[in-house]
Amino acid sequence: MRDARDALFVARNSEDKLISRPLSPHLQIYRWPLSMALSISHRVTGVGLAIGTLLMTWWLIAAAVSDDAFAGVQRFLATPIGILLLLGWSASLFFHFFTGLRHLAWDAGYGFDKPWYERSGWAVICATIGATLLLWIIGFAVW
Amino acid sequence: MARAPHVDVMRSPLGRARGLGSARAGAHHWWMMRLTSLALVPLSLWFLCAMVRMLGATRDDVVSWMAGPLPIVLMIALVIATFHHMQAGLQVVIEDYVDNDWLRIGSILLVKGLSLLLALACIVSVLRLGL
Repeated sequence: MRDARDALFVARNSEDKLISRPLSPHLQIYRWPLSMALSISHRVTGVGLAIGTLLMTWWLIAAAVSDDAFAGVQRFLATPIGILLLLGWSASLFFHFFTGLRHLAWDAGYGFDKPWYERSGWAVICATIGATLLLWIIGFAVW
Repeated sequence: MARAPHVDVMRSPLGRARGLGSARAGAHHWWMMRLTSLALVPLSLWFLCAMVRMLGATRDDVVSWMAGPLPIVLMIALVIATFHHMQAGLQVVIEDYVDNDWLRIGSILLVKGLSLLLALACIVSVLRLGL
C-alpha cells in the first residue's frame, strides 16, 4: 500500500482473506446519457480550441510581421484543410460557449432539475448547429 | 444527559501530521476559470464577428481594422482571457489524465510557459499592427 487511502479499498472476506473491495462500474459499463456525452465533449472541444488559439496566434503574428507571411496564412486558410480547421474551430467555439453558459448557470444554482437538465442539453446542441450554420452562411456570403 | 459529539476540525489527524493541508488557494483556480469565461462571452462573440469580416482579407485590411483604440483594447483583452482560460483548462485535463508526477508537473509547466510566451507574442503583434 502506497497511499493511506488504499486502506479504504481493502477488506476481509468470509474466509478472513484480505481482498480488494469491488469498485463501482466504470464509464464503459453505462449506457451513455446525453449529460455524459456533453460533459466529455465540453472537455474535448476545450482542447480543440487550444489548437484554434494556435491558429489565431499564427494569424496575428503573421499580420504583424510581413505582407508575404500574412498572405501565406490567408492562402492556407482558404485550402480545404484550412476551411476544415476553421469549421472545426467555429463549431467547437460555439459548443464550448453554449455548454459554458450552462455551466455558469449551474454555478449560480439554476438548471439542475432533471427536465431542465435534459432540455438545456438539447438546447446546447441545437444552438451549436444553428450558430455554426449561420456563421458560415454569412461567412461565405462575405468571402 | 450526555453531550452531543461535535467536530472541531474538518481535517484528518493523518493529513495534519503530514502537513498536507489546504494551501488556502483552493477556490482561486475555479474562480479565475469562471471570471475568464464570463469575460470571454462578449469578447469571443465580438472576435467571431470581426473574423468573419477578415475572411480573405489582405494585410492592409487588418491594419485598417486595427486602426482605432477599441479593436486594440478588445483584442488584447481577448488574448489575455483566452490564454488564461486555456492554460487553466489544459492544466485540469493534464492533472486528470497524467499519472506520472514528473510528466504531469513538466507538462503543466510547459503549457503555462508556452501560453505566456504565445500570449505576449499576440499582444506585441496587436500593438505593432495597431500603433
